[in-house]
Amino acid sequence: MSDAAALKAKLGLNVFKPLREPHIRIRAGMEKDPRLRPAVRICPAGLYSENEKGEIVLAIDGCLECGTCRLGCGTDVLEWNYPEGDTGVQFRFG
Amino acid sequence: MEKFDVIVVGAGLAGLAAAYTLAGKGVEVLVLERGDYPGAKNVTGGRLYVNPVRTYFPDLWKDAPWERHIVQEGLSLMANERSLAIDYRGRELREEPHQSYSVLRSKFDRWLAEQAESKGAMLLSKTRVDDVIREQGKVTGVKAGGDELNADVVIACDGVLSLVSEKAGIRFAGKPHDYAVGIKELIVLESGVINERFNLEGDEGAARLYVGQVTKGRFGGGFLYTNRESVSLGIVIGIEEMLNDATIDAPALIEDFKQNPEIAGLVRGGTTAEYSAHVIPEGGFKSLRALYGDGILVAGDAAGLALNMGFTVRGMEYALASGYFAAHAAIRAKEKGDFSAETLSAYKTLLEESFVLKDLAAFKEAPDVLRNPRIFNHYPEMIGGLLKDLYSIGDHPKAGIYQTLKRHLGMGEVWSIIKDMTGVRRI
Ligand SMILES: Cc1cc2nc3c(=O)[nH]c(=O)nc-3n(C[C@H](O)[C@H](O)[C@H](O)COP(=O)(O)OP(=O)(O)OC[C@H]3O[C@@H](n4cnc5c(N)ncnc54)[C@H](O)[C@@H]3O)c2cc1C
Repeated sequence: MSDAAALKAKLGLNVFKPLREPHIRIRAGMEKDPRLRPAVRICPAGLYSENEKGEIVLAIDGCLECGTCRLGCGTDVLEWNYPEGDTGVQFRFG
Repeated sequence: MEKFDVIVVGAGLAGLAAAYTLAGKGVEVLVLERGDYPGAKNVTGGRLYVNPVRTYFPDLWKDAPWERHIVQEGLSLMANERSLAIDYRGRELREEPHQSYSVLRSKFDRWLAEQAESKGAMLLSKTRVDDVIREQGKVTGVKAGGDELNADVVIACDGVLSLVSEKAGIRFAGKPHDYAVGIKELIVLESGVINERFNLEGDEGAARLYVGQVTKGRFGGGFLYTNRESVSLGIVIGIEEMLNDATIDAPALIEDFKQNPEIAGLVRGGTTAEYSAHVIPEGGFKSLRALYGDGILVAGDAAGLALNMGFTVRGMEYALASGYFAAHAAIRAKEKGDFSAETLSAYKTLLEESFVLKDLAAFKEAPDVLRNPRIFNHYPEMIGGLLKDLYSIGDHPKAGIYQTLKRHLGMGEVWSIIKDMTGVRRI
């Protein structure tokens, strides 16, 4: 299993309630900002990646709501909130 | 519009401790929690030390849903190709009252919420607080799910990022330097297997910390706690450290750790049931966040009340105690009928007089001293190398012990150790 597939499988173990809308967004025009790049490595859920245009993109499903990207990249490049109640990850162990 | 004496944001340990204390004194308190249930969003290592908070909640501990009481403390220095483990056991760890227990938050927080509710606290889950209401600079309530809810005091116990105190204008977003992230797998194993592998009996538990190459020689470490029928395995690493080292890939750190020969045998045959991550405040005393403002108090991780002492990360007792003191400050303010920042500042005094700010002040240099890369990189390799030479028997005559020691601990090395020790003397 590739690393990415292994990570997906791990995220698949979590109880996750569908989001009504993304709670974290890359701010418009910030897709190539150097402050955003580390997100690809530091997100524990591996939700950030770089596309063929060299932009960073975020696939929010599976988000652990940990806060790493908010602190690591900052709110100049990310619009960051927790998801609404009744949505998002629900840890059964914690 | 609804009005409460106190609104607590967040049903973590800080919020529930505040609610339990307030409700116990007959204060009308509403707890708002964004998770489906208390604990649904919370992650810890983890182990809770009871002694510091035992007397604040005397009736609570007897029936708490502990996993195991910790009777074994392990510390492993991890070099690239070898490791050295220290294993501390002692009668004092087995005797009651036990000093620390492993916990799982979704069980523990739900139970604590039930205790608070049985005292009369109201709990509303699945409810995210979106904003605070301010009138002339003073916090007078919160907005949640389209509703406005008013209170004399809002206690922000919304965890490490505390967006609520940001909205209240008493805090700015944090810096990477002051935070770490913990990444964890919950691995299910039969209790009998756990007891055999770790040499435990009944509800006895083990705590182990791993430092060195598990975080690529950077500030942080790996942890393992035994629960009743599972093991909590994880990595804690500084966010700044990750930013500064482009070779670090967060998801790979924990995967590599799990596959390290030192760990693999301990979790063999186990099934991962959950994968979680959560940021931890690690700046300690020097990066404490706002504790109060007009109409608002801040407790637990939200106020930065956590401590990395090197051999253990502590935040849960500080969350419980600060929730307790915030409740007492709110009660005093209610008696005075004055909820200004000046009156609420009594909270800070209570924290200063307690173990909370005394501990944080005593360990205020710890984050800087522990950031010394030699601790996480050089020492594990140096000590590993020394052991390798001491223990190896080759086909050539064996070097004397003193000679081996001298080779690894030359003048330069000894001098550096002395320098590092002067750093350590600060903590
Ligand atoms: C991997 C890891 C290992 C750790 N190990 C240990 C350990 O072994 N020992 C130890 O003592 N400490 C440990 N800690 C630290 C400890 O877990 C924290 O200090 C502790 O959980 C803080 O409790 P709290 O109540 O302040 O915050 P939290 O437990 O984070 O609770 C905050 C609550 O607020 C809620 N919330 C947030 N925003 C809103 C909003 N807008 N509206 C409504 N609700 C909201 C959240 O859902 C949550 O329930 C560890 C932490 C991690 C991540």
